[in-house]
Amino acid sequence: MRRLLIWAPLVLFALVFALVASGLLKPGDRTVHSAMVGKSLPELALPPLLPDRPGIATGELKGKPRLLNVFASWCIPCIAEAPQLTKLKQAGVEIDAIAVRDTPEAVQAFLARHGDPYARIGDDKASRAQLALGSAGVPETFVIDAAGRIAYQHIGEIREEDVLKLLGELEKAK
Amino acid sequence: MIAEAGLAALWLAAAFALVQLLLAWGAARHRENPNVAPLMTALRRTALVQGLLALLAFGLLIALFVRSDMSVLLVAENSHSLKPMLYKVAGAWGNHEGSMLLWVTVLATAGAGVAMFERRLAGGTLAATLGAQAAIGLGFYAFLAFASNPFVRLNPPAPDGQGLNPLLQDPGLAFHPPTLYLGYVGLSVAFSFAVGALLMRDVGPAFARAMRPWVLAAWIFLTIGITAGSYWAYYELGWGGWWFWDPVENASLMPWLAATALLHSVTVLATRDGLRAWTLMLALVAFAMSMIGTFLVRSGILVSVHAFAVDPTRGTFILALLGIYIGGALALFGARVGTVTQGATFQLVSREGALVLNNLLLSVILGVVFIGTLYPLAAQAAGVQLSIGAPFFNKALVPVALVLMVATAAGPLLRWRRDNWNALAKRALVPTAAAGAAFALVFALSGGAHFVPVLGIALAVGLAVASVVPVARRNLRRTPLHVWGMVIAHLGVAVSIAGMAADSAFKTERLAAIAVGQNVTVGPFRVTLADVHPAIGPNWSALEARLQVRRGEGKMFELFPQQRFFSTPPTNTNEAAISTMLDGQLYTVLGQGDEQGRWQIRLWWKPFVTLIWLGGGLIALGGALALIGRVRRERRADEAEAWA
Repeated sequence: MRRLLIWAPLVLFALVFALVASGLLKPGDRTVHSAMVGKSLPELALPPLLPDRPGIATGELKGKPRLLNVFASWCIPCIAEAPQLTKLKQAGVEIDAIAVRDTPEAVQAFLARHGDPYARIGDDKASRAQLALGSAGVPETFVIDAAGRIAYQHIGEIREEDVLKLLGELEKAK
Repeated sequence: MIAEAGLAALWLAAAFALVQLLLAWGAARHRENPNVAPLMTALRRTALVQGLLALLAFGLLIALFVRSDMSVLLVAENSHSLKPMLYKVAGAWGNHEGSMLLWVTVLATAGAGVAMFERRLAGGTLAATLGAQAAIGLGFYAFLAFASNPFVRLNPPAPDGQGLNPLLQDPGLAFHPPTLYLGYVGLSVAFSFAVGALLMRDVGPAFARAMRPWVLAAWIFLTIGITAGSYWAYYELGWGGWWFWDPVENASLMPWLAATALLHSVTVLATRDGLRAWTLMLALVAFAMSMIGTFLVRSGILVSVHAFAVDPTRGTFILALLGIYIGGALALFGARVGTVTQGATFQLVSREGALVLNNLLLSVILGVVFIGTLYPLAAQAAGVQLSIGAPFFNKALVPVALVLMVATAAGPLLRWRRDNWNALAKRALVPTAAAGAAFALVFALSGGAHFVPVLGIALAVGLAVASVVPVARRNLRRTPLHVWGMVIAHLGVAVSIAGMAADSAFKTERLAAIAVGQNVTVGPFRVTLADVHPAIGPNWSALEARLQVRRGEGKMFELFPQQRFFSTPPTNTNEAAISTMLDGQLYTVLGQGDEQGRWQIRLWWKPFVTLIWLGGGLIALGGALALIGRVRRERRADEAEAWA
């Protein structure tokens, strides 16, 4: 018994060491996945940010699959994903947007500079709609299916290699 | 030139550490040889030179920061020519490389201190201790040289630096990391003593007396570091809390808990020659916790509000060192402790018994904090994401802490070796009565709510009374200094816990959006937002609110919470404005404004919250008195021996 006790600290230490080493070698996935995926879109009623197109109302986002892009003019990765959004639009996808903590002037300038793929832009001044979607940052892109349910969540900027994946998800969401 | 000289000093120090290790090995091997004295002298001098070289390297790094030498990468990344001088100096250790250099400097200086001043320990044990110290040093020199060189040049030099995180530009925080490091590394000396004692099979009162001042000193610095860190987080982050159970906070708390237990068990070993194996174990655990803490902080494997630069290579390096030193020492413990003969025994009801209970409870707390800190990592390995916060720690620890308070109160009332329950009950009568009265009074005043915090306050009152009992009927002028130290430290624990309990039971919080001219009440205060205006400082600009505060019908006073904007690097911070009164603090924070011209104002009234840090200060003061008392006593004993 005494012998066992004497070696117990070393064994415990070895266990902790193994645990910590595994944590170091295999860093955990810290992205926050939305709990809303698979559920209906939450009730949103965002006023239009720009005068030339409508805002976001949950009832209107139905009938065909579409992308809902959460972005901001002050977000650098949003610039990086702009060409991919343009490509998706050219492929015939409707892209609606939620502008987080933004102003009409800044968004106007952003779209003039980096391309304008959006059919609707809702004004989300206090990030309420973003939180309701379960989105933890910008940019994020949701695939909304024909029945108005959230089918898929893409976290971070859309890169070249993500375009086909998103088109596939849109196809599945018909 | 300065950077090159610094790097050279660092390599030289490493070379001396290697020599020290070899000399120590020789001296320990030939400890029975009567001609070993010159070898011991050489060993002591090598340790001294190693310490001086490390100090030189660190001094040169500070010089680079003071001169804002932007041709050095570390300076360019962490300093700025416009920064106030204090933060230029503090910038030297406010980053990964510099802080690791500070670590190794403290380690080498402590080794030099042991070599210069330790005279009571058997030669072989001292040699083995200095050898262990050199071995630890070598690992960290390698870490600095190969994975964190602070003296790397930048070519071409940067036009100016990138600045120091503004949250860290605070006089308190300039000294917070070095204080904690002094504590962490002081525990390395205890570790080396334990390794030396295990290697030489020399565990007894002499070893305990040699180790005790180092443990005490390390513990004092940890206490100051944790207390200061807690106060810094409280007033600088603007969240109104003083402890967040964040992994990095836990990383400093765990060595403190182990050191507190060690401090008490080493006293049993020094006074009564008991608890030999347990004291050795604690000395190993205390330093293990320091290294694990450093690793957790530096590797970034746990999510923390303390954002440090994260680098997996460095994490792997520290982990390897951790495995070698701690794993090696625990293996040595397993192999050798069986041959450490059992020390003196004692009765259950005795000073030793209370100290063992204290050690067990502290170990339980340490275990809970350890599990709570690492559990998210284990869950992650099993594919689950979770975080563990205050609710777990509070639920798990509050009951243990309450029992620990009773044990702390009882310990000093007991005699060494054997005592009886009746005598204890008699001596505990006054403290128990005080606790009972306090409970009845506060419970009634708070309207019968908050049972657990009120119990905490009552036990704190009992502990405060019990802690002065040992000096109550004594001739105060003839009471030894270390007894005063114990009395004041225990009193500090009582004061601090009273503050924690009062804050958790009686604080009131208010969040309001008000326009200029409107007012809001919190606790006994009415706070009016008089205006919001711009303000400007040396390297920041701010929006500052003028709050007019009135307590009941008392005199009006003003508070100025700010939202600060720093330009290098661009950052926003909240500067809380705090008014300290005898019975608590009013804590105010200015938040965002909205389009209707209203401002978010966050207010807390925190009765007696200052007691938390006052208690921390008392604990450290008690430790300092005990340290001075012990060192003086040892010196007198040495002189008496010299006379005899």
